[in-house]
Amino acid sequence: MSELLRIEDLKVNYGGIEAVKGISLSVEEGQIVTLIGANGAGKSTTLRTISGLVKARSGRITFAGEDITGLDPTSIVKKGITMAPEGRRIFPDMTVKENLRMGAYLRKDDLSADYDMVYDLFPRLKEREWQLGGTLSGGEQQMLAVARALMAKPKMMMMDEPSLGLAPIVVKGIFDIIRRINDQGVTILLIEQNANMALQAAHTAYVLETGRITMTGTGAELLADERIKEAYLGKAHS
Amino acid sequence: MSAFVQANLPYLLAGISVGGQYALIAIGYTMVYGILRLINFAHGDVFMVAGLVMVYASASMPMYLSIPLVLIATVALGFTIERVAYKPLRSAPRMSVMISAIGVSYLLQNCALYFTGGLAQMYPTIPWLSNSVTIGGATTKMVTIVTPILTVALVFALVLFIQKTKIGMAMRAVSRDFETSQLMGIKINSVISMTFVIGCFLAAVGSLLYFTNYPSVIPTSGAMPGLKAFVAAVFGGIGSIPGAVIGAFLIGICENIIKGLGSNWTIFSDAFTFVLLIIVLLVKPTGIFGEKATDKV
Repeated sequence: MSELLRIEDLKVNYGGIEAVKGISLSVEEGQIVTLIGANGAGKSTTLRTISGLVKARSGRITFAGEDITGLDPTSIVKKGITMAPEGRRIFPDMTVKENLRMGAYLRKDDLSADYDMVYDLFPRLKEREWQLGGTLSGGEQQMLAVARALMAKPKMMMMDEPSLGLAPIVVKGIFDIIRRINDQGVTILLIEQNANMALQAAHTAYVLETGRITMTGTGAELLADERIKEAYLGKAHS
Repeated sequence: MSAFVQANLPYLLAGISVGGQYALIAIGYTMVYGILRLINFAHGDVFMVAGLVMVYASASMPMYLSIPLVLIATVALGFTIERVAYKPLRSAPRMSVMISAIGVSYLLQNCALYFTGGLAQMYPTIPWLSNSVTIGGATTKMVTIVTPILTVALVFALVLFIQKTKIGMAMRAVSRDFETSQLMGIKINSVISMTFVIGCFLAAVGSLLYFTNYPSVIPTSGAMPGLKAFVAAVFGGIGSIPGAVIGAFLIGICENIIKGLGSNWTIFSDAFTFVLLIIVLLVKPTGIFGEKATDKV
């Protein structure tokens, strides 16, 4: 297995404060990697920096051996990195199909196989193909956000809090889908506050606390760690 | 009833025609607002510059060259204004962009004043548009008939473009959510430029039709039609293209019907537009097709 994404000593200022204070991490090709941590730990800022929405103050981001630090979002999508953003952010006044079309904005080839692929993953979206995004339920919107991010045929898909605000049963469905997508060869970088679900799914996990990485290991290792249980999983999971 | 229509037919026709011209300007306001949440105060002046370009171009070249030149020059002006005056302020507070727009407006007016020496410039006669036609006993210029037809055709084409093409979809996406659009790979600056290009193209077409009804162009010629188009856009719900078009036709028609009521009323035709603005802002600030919750400047 080879390294797909590498972050070295990344520092990012966001909203006037240093949100990311020098983190280094590595994402192996074909893996599910998760960043867990509390609100404000710098998880979202890290993803937003990778996607080019936010500029790093220093540090280096390498993707598939290429330096991608400071590239604009369009170039990042072209390199094969897409994101299902926090809060889903689907286009509410566009149909499901149009939302998917936007996900494939930079592609010029035939998309019919890709529509079939995402409708196979999310049969619900097929049923709602002509419905406006804004009329979907929260879970369906999350499915749409993930499907939209897949339409660009990414090498790596980043997901920002996919479980946020969803019922536990829906969250389980979303995580099943994440595994299926990963089985199809898409590398996944996931950030989550739902540490339990994320660690169960992840091959590799990093714990982010106030802008620094404080622990790393396999998902299973961190699930078994006492400190993680204490801080992120709560007594109910011990 | 038919006697009333008969008597007012010229005013009704003029109203529909002027309404179409306002609509072509109003679309520029409403599209730019839809994407940048900016009231582009310079838009009326771009319209005036289009008129002046026609004056100067037609003085030295034939019509079949002047008309395309007006369209191209106006589009280029709109593109440049966006790149120079608005793009550098993309992450600045919205008030700064608005002040920049007011600055561009005065800049254009003063440049026009400088080039024209403050003298009214004779607007050329565009051959076919200025011909007389008679319909239902009312004699009018060809432009009166052409304007509504052309306006409706252009609006139809524009709506199709926005609904069906990939760039049109990207415009809708950007007007909704800058950041998520970027995550799709959409280059928002290109989409914003496209919006200005379309808005200025329509304003240029509007200027060809509008000034054909007037003898001359002066540096403040853009102010009144610009303001009325802006009111039309607010009336229709700023950000909405159908809203702006309906608002523009309504203002154009009402204004001219008032003129038709007799000489005592004529002076109130402009006042009507502004009374309408006040009523809309008091009663339904989001306009007829406006979005419910948007903060406005």
